[in-house]
Amino acid sequence: MNDVLTKAAARNIFYGGTIFFFAIFILLVADSFREARLIEVTNPITAQVAAGKRVWERHACFDCHTLFGEGARFAPELGKVWLKYGGATDPDTARQALKGWFAAQPTGVEDRHQMPNFHLSDKDMDDVIAMLAWASRVNTQGWPPHAPK
Amino acid sequence: MKYQSQQVARLYFLGALTIFCLQLVFGLTAATMYIWPTAIPTTLLPFSVARMIHTNALIVWLLMGFFGATYFLIPDEAERELYSPFLAKLQFWVFFGAAVVTVVGYLFGNYDGRSYLEQPIYIKVGIVVVALMFLFNVSMTVLKGRRTAISGILLMGLWGIAVFFLFAFYVPANIVIDKMFWWWVVHLWVEGVWELVMASILAYLMIKLTGVDREVVEKWLYVIVGTALFSGILGTGHHYYWIGTPAYWQWVGNIFSSLEPLPFFAMVLFCFGMVYKGGRDHPNKAALLWSLGCAVMAFFGAGVWGFLHTLSFVNYYTHGTQMTAAHGHLAFYGAYAMVNLAMITYATPLLAGREPYNQLLNMISFWTMNLGVVLMTVCLTFAGVLQTHLERVQGNDYMSVQQQLGLFYDGRLLGGVMTAVGLALYLTSLLWLPRRAAVPAAALSPAE
Repeated sequence: MNDVLTKAAARNIFYGGTIFFFAIFILLVADSFREARLIEVTNPITAQVAAGKRVWERHACFDCHTLFGEGARFAPELGKVWLKYGGATDPDTARQALKGWFAAQPTGVEDRHQMPNFHLSDKDMDDVIAMLAWASRVNTQGWPPHAPK
Repeated sequence: MKYQSQQVARLYFLGALTIFCLQLVFGLTAATMYIWPTAIPTTLLPFSVARMIHTNALIVWLLMGFFGATYFLIPDEAERELYSPFLAKLQFWVFFGAAVVTVVGYLFGNYDGRSYLEQPIYIKVGIVVVALMFLFNVSMTVLKGRRTAISGILLMGLWGIAVFFLFAFYVPANIVIDKMFWWWVVHLWVEGVWELVMASILAYLMIKLTGVDREVVEKWLYVIVGTALFSGILGTGHHYYWIGTPAYWQWVGNIFSSLEPLPFFAMVLFCFGMVYKGGRDHPNKAALLWSLGCAVMAFFGAGVWGFLHTLSFVNYYTHGTQMTAAHGHLAFYGAYAMVNLAMITYATPLLAGREPYNQLLNMISFWTMNLGVVLMTVCLTFAGVLQTHLERVQGNDYMSVQQQLGLFYDGRLLGGVMTAVGLALYLTSLLWLPRRAAVPAAALSPAE
């Protein structure tokens, strides 16, 4: 390697290459950022959706569940849970069913992972459900497999 | 050890190992919850809190180890005392205090944020203050002293850690954008700037342990960190497949993240090549074992296990399964836990003014800990493959699949217990000082 590459050349390649690849990365991220803002045109982030995301964060839901596959794997993925409960066709029933689910925790059933009861207020529940409904409408490139439509 | 101020590293190493113990306690607790989900009432300790302490403790002890390693090697590289040993000690206590406050807070439900970034806002601000104290101190030392490629790359990595952490404060309501920039902290840390820190610590250890010429080592260092960042920056694309971002990320992620094993492969070649070439018979055999082990395990954990599920058409099925956990455990351990344990093994006898001691016990701890983590990884890999097949390919529901993975979760807990035994042996080997040095002090020649 002595003849092929000097230390100074290796250093210059490192700094130059890093700047080059980071610049490309920033351009692509900027484009994706623009695309992500466009989602809000057809799928608006209402005050309720934003508040629901805060409920999700305050109770660290991601430390058991995944959302778009990210989080912990102790509990099910929730990106399309709104559709699983039929929220696309009958939102009122889906909302009531999800609230019933929150209230029934922890189930205490042997061998089943336990979800705490977070004692969410009715508003918190409505908010977090609105957030999950918003998430279910995001185009995730067909992920996950077998997702409810 | 030439410089008195290198002693501050001791404090950091002790703090790091203490928090490593905490990480294992909560890791074992969380692993137990997978097997006996009703054993601990959710009102006492929900899984989420156990996991958050487990992952946060991991990151904090690794950072604390990096800080300690930096304080140990920077005076040596810069050939002068630290700019301010007092500031370094103050920084430690602020950081350690913040960590304790955070963990106690978590136990009482005081958390808010995103994964790995659950710290309340005032703790996040505290982390920035700690980082500024650290960077000021270290940068001043380097600026006033000799500048080397090792200290330059190390500083670049450490500044990068601080800069990318700032994205922890950006929490937009748009989940897609939120996730995009969450990865600027998480991915650009562990698959970006952390690799700079790791590579420069390994390069330092190679100079010390093998006696190979600095020019050769530093040229390798540039090649390694070059491949790390050229693949790693755009490799972020493999996190942008399914989070609501455009489909072109599948191309970007497939191409660049496939190259992410390269820097780790280069580190294996580098470390073994240097040992082969160097021919120095350094008395600290355990430190050499940890250094070589670090390169190998990082290659498997970060390189091979990362590649297993990085391609978008594979990741479509494996994303968000235990495959991720398998990769996460071996990669963090191989790359970042082991580089810290290597540095601590190397530095501790020097800081204590002793010959390398308890070498055999330290090496036994190496093999025990490695076997433990490998067992965990293998079990989680089997669990991940099975989960992928049953849940993602066949379409069974989450909980019914979980109930079929019991055997692998048992094995994972066993691996965790072995890891903990390994850590106990490691701590014993370092903290239990033999009454007298086994080798005459003349053998302790400063290496360069």
